[in-house]
Amino acid sequence: MSKRSVLLAVVVLLVAWQALALALRSSVLPDPAVVLAAFAGGLRGPLGIHIIVSGWRLVAGMILAVGSAVPLGLILGQSRRLDSLIAPLIYITYPVPKIVLLPVMVMLLGIGDVSKVCLIALILFFQILVVVRDASHSVRPELLYSVRSLGASKWQILRFVYIPACLPATLTALRVGTGTAVAVLYLAESFATRSGLGFYIMDTWQVFDYPMMYSAVVAMSAIGFTIYVLLDQLEKRVCHWVQAGK
Amino acid sequence: MIEVHDLSFAYPNHPLVFQSFGWRVERGEHWAIIGPSGCGKTTLLYLLAGLRRPVAGRIVVDGQPLEKPRPTIGLILQDYGLLPWATALGNVELGLELRQMGGKVRRAVARRWLEDLGLASHGGHYPAQLSGGQRQRVAIARTLALDPHVLLMDEPFSSLDALTRESLQNLVVALSHDADLTTVLVTHNIEEAVFLGKRILVMGQPPIDKAYLLENPLARSLDYRGKEAFHRNCEEVRRRVGESGT
Repeated sequence: MSKRSVLLAVVVLLVAWQALALALRSSVLPDPAVVLAAFAGGLRGPLGIHIIVSGWRLVAGMILAVGSAVPLGLILGQSRRLDSLIAPLIYITYPVPKIVLLPVMVMLLGIGDVSKVCLIALILFFQILVVVRDASHSVRPELLYSVRSLGASKWQILRFVYIPACLPATLTALRVGTGTAVAVLYLAESFATRSGLGFYIMDTWQVFDYPMMYSAVVAMSAIGFTIYVLLDQLEKRVCHWVQAGK
Repeated sequence: MIEVHDLSFAYPNHPLVFQSFGWRVERGEHWAIIGPSGCGKTTLLYLLAGLRRPVAGRIVVDGQPLEKPRPTIGLILQDYGLLPWATALGNVELGLELRQMGGKVRRAVARRWLEDLGLASHGGHYPAQLSGGQRQRVAIARTLALDPHVLLMDEPFSSLDALTRESLQNLVVALSHDADLTTVLVTHNIEEAVFLGKRILVMGQPPIDKAYLLENPLARSLDYRGKEAFHRNCEEVRRRVGESGT
């Protein structure tokens, strides 16, 4: 996707927002100019701090999910026996909406960052685990034979075959999971906490500070968008062959 | 020299493919193995490559029991076995990298092999960007860069068009002559077996305890395809394969 088309989409969104604001003529939906001014002013105040807190929770959750799901997915993908033992557990727990565990997480891990980071990690963990395991399963035996015949050890096969084979699927899962992670972060931060954009949206809503509430909404969307774009760029940079094959 | 003593092999929960099978390949010999589908040709090649272990008997290479893939035994597969995520140069470098050869030296070696095989301008291309013939030449370069004594080939040209197949058959003859290689070719193509195999092993239905041997001393000369002996031997192999398949 070109920068120009992204810019055009932003302009279309702003025009639609402006048109809706003019049509409604309500303080519940302020003009985009008013919100953007509040956003710019808020960056030097509490909004900036809440952005940093939410951004850190999101990134930490993603790192924790990748760090735990990728190794386990690689192990399960290479061991049919282990996978047959663990697969029923994944099958049962994967569809469970993890957000319902939020109160349990807060009780077990406290109201600080840890419970929120762990909840995001838990949700992404299953998405990444399943794609990494399936990508490992789908490595052709002929490819393994040919690399083994060159004298590769188990570690070298992991490094040269399995990890690159799983990389595109992992980055795609992370990219797709970003939207879910931001939504979960909002819910987690709107519950038993006094920091983060989720809290700030609820807080400003309760005092009818709509321009600042929308600023926080824009900030949350911007965090999700930035992570999505960074992952997209990372995928293009480290997975050249995927583009080359198209 | 390769010695196969009383070899028995079966895949888990399957009947025997080989039963007390014996065979001997002298250094510098050029063998072709042919037989009906599912007779165990590829299995024999994987056993010789050290990728599978016999359930009984043993394989001895240069006086040493074969227990795992050896640096001196190269394997070329029908589907090339190239890493999709590595360029042609990266693929040729792979075996050298696995053997801890320094970056500059291995790159120079890989470039030289790509040049020798007419792929100098394709070093930066991924396998998906190469034709079938080019991919197979990359696979040959990758194997020969490791300076093997024995070259095992599993239907290496079966997915290529007739002209590319002939040019690669001629290339294999030239390269194996230059490098003083022992070659073992598995193929289902009778003309290919007769052109490349000075000794042709015709396998029957499993479990295999012995195989028919056809001497073909005129093989591997470039004008052999036009000689009467070539066609006579093709007929003989065709008849033997037909008999063994029933």
